[in-house]
Amino acid sequence: MSRIAEAFAKGKAFIPFITCGDPDLETTKAVVRAAVENGADLVELGIPFSDPTAEGPVIQGANLRALAGGVTTDKIFDMVKELREDVTVPMVFMTYANVVFSYGTERFCQKCREVGIDGMILPDVPFEEKEDFDPICKKYGLDLISLIAPTSENRIAMIAKEATGFIYIVSSLGVTGVRSEITTDIGKLVSMVKASAKVPCAVGFGISTPEQAAAMAAHADGAIVGSAIIRLLEKHKTEAAGPVGEYVRSMKDAIRDL
Amino acid sequence: MGQSKGRFGEHGGQYIPETLMNAVIELEEAYNHFKDDPEFNRELTELFNEYAGRPSRLYYAEKMTKDLGGAKIYLKREDLNHTGAHKINNALGQALLAKKMGKTRLIAETGAGQHGVATATAAALLGMECVVFMGEEDTIRQALNVYRMRLLGATVIPVKTGTATLKDAVSEAMREWTNRIADTHYCLGSVMGPHPFPTIVRDFQAVISKEMKQQILEKEGRLPDAVLACVGGGSNAIGSFYHFIEDKEVQLIGCEAAGRGIDTYETAATIATGRVGIFHGMKSYFCQDEYGQIAPVYSISAGLDYPGIGPEHAWLNDIGRAQYVAVTDDEAVNAFEYMSRMEGIIPAIESSHAVAHALKLAPQMSPDQIMVITISGRGDKDCAAIARYRGEDIHE
Repeated sequence: MSRIAEAFAKGKAFIPFITCGDPDLETTKAVVRAAVENGADLVELGIPFSDPTAEGPVIQGANLRALAGGVTTDKIFDMVKELREDVTVPMVFMTYANVVFSYGTERFCQKCREVGIDGMILPDVPFEEKEDFDPICKKYGLDLISLIAPTSENRIAMIAKEATGFIYIVSSLGVTGVRSEITTDIGKLVSMVKASAKVPCAVGFGISTPEQAAAMAAHADGAIVGSAIIRLLEKHKTEAAGPVGEYVRSMKDAIRDL
Repeated sequence: MGQSKGRFGEHGGQYIPETLMNAVIELEEAYNHFKDDPEFNRELTELFNEYAGRPSRLYYAEKMTKDLGGAKIYLKREDLNHTGAHKINNALGQALLAKKMGKTRLIAETGAGQHGVATATAAALLGMECVVFMGEEDTIRQALNVYRMRLLGATVIPVKTGTATLKDAVSEAMREWTNRIADTHYCLGSVMGPHPFPTIVRDFQAVISKEMKQQILEKEGRLPDAVLACVGGGSNAIGSFYHFIEDKEVQLIGCEAAGRGIDTYETAATIATGRVGIFHGMKSYFCQDEYGQIAPVYSISAGLDYPGIGPEHAWLNDIGRAQYVAVTDDEAVNAFEYMSRMEGIIPAIESSHAVAHALKLAPQMSPDQIMVITISGRGDKDCAAIARYRGEDIHE
């Protein structure tokens, strides 16, 4: 069983997103470890991109702070290698197509395998363009995570059938960011996904409170949280590990027994 | 490797969030239906001719020809269109298409403001709501156009992220489209972004070369030897080139913005300094660093201040059918002033990049050769900025 499959086999999964290098890589390492110690089942590591078109203002800010701090793809690979010495949960990269393409997709995937990355999420690579990346990911044992949105409708079966690792269900229209209310009928969306999928699905975009996480995970196999964690990093900076750990615990507790 | 739709060689494609996929598929289906629909084409032609003032003139620049002592120079006067630039061709086309699709709201990005003004104009005419995203830096450089858009009933949203210029306006317009799709059409202003935009915009702008070909055949009885146009995303250039692509004897030259020079970081010359990447929905050439971070480009021209180039241009470059040259701020400003004095025509600073290359190229050509320069827009909007560039403190 792959690390990703194992992560979902233990019950509802909590998946935090952390932008690497915000504000520095030492903090990222500490925050990842704190998240894992407090119940994170899978960690999404963001490789910053200069122009993150799928992100709202909070994660855009994290990307710019990380780049201003001098983080690079190579430094992030080194950091993951170090984390992999003690972190056993799956780690996936979340970044933009150009970061991978520009590094050389083959070289990027090879490095991912070397340092212990399990997959990647590329929000600007839809089903129609996955041929650029998916065969190479497969060659190196990486899962290219598919996204399904509230607007996917007639595309759901096509995407879900070929999905590997897990499916990232986008809860709402628009970009990433905290939302006071998620209006999509998540139950209906998840059941449409599950009708065709062979892999688990997790819901992300807009989730920040334990109540929201529980509402999402009641239908799906996991909940993904980004902006709410980035806000803690923005506030506590290099001291963020403690607050993020506490937050992850509260979120995991909310979905643990569903 | 399997190739997705909307490819020009390896370039193009649809690198966008899943949330937008059905929207671009719906757009492609609607476009494929309406592009051959006689009623749609009748309505569009009427808008072009009766409202926008087409066909635009092909003007023999006799004084300039004599002064440079080389090729016979013609100007394709897109600056004479309603709203003062070629942008109206695409804005009217897309607005009409969006209206047929049942959309009631247009969103657009704009650099210099010309596409924003054109979209606001089309929205006013067709009774649609309009929101324009414009880099904050550009709202300062092009304050008059911001006022024009507001006057036309559009909402202008200054974009403060990133470099606060055209690329950030595109990113923000894309973000807004993922947020509101059902009633909204993203009226993209150049031959860029995900398929089908590069094709749709190209087709609406191809009226430029269609007219140009007919006009030069009427005036000279033969095709030109060279066609020059400025290139940011590349919509007036592809419009100027399109009907000549099969005519191999016509040299096609795109003029990119070199800013302070292609050996500096303050440049926007994508073909000269970029490499293949994936951004804003397409694979093409982009100015970027070794890790694929998009470069903060610079040009005096807000309309050419973009780190990428349309995928069809990338392909025309790859196969050697079109040639791309870089023109600096200084050269463009000199050409802006030259054209004003020589022909009494104030060209947009964007178009002045093409004029600048013509100043170098025409004298090397013989008097029996013909060159056409597309004057993509008029330069009234640039006067204050150019005056400031020359050290005169003029404010609008």
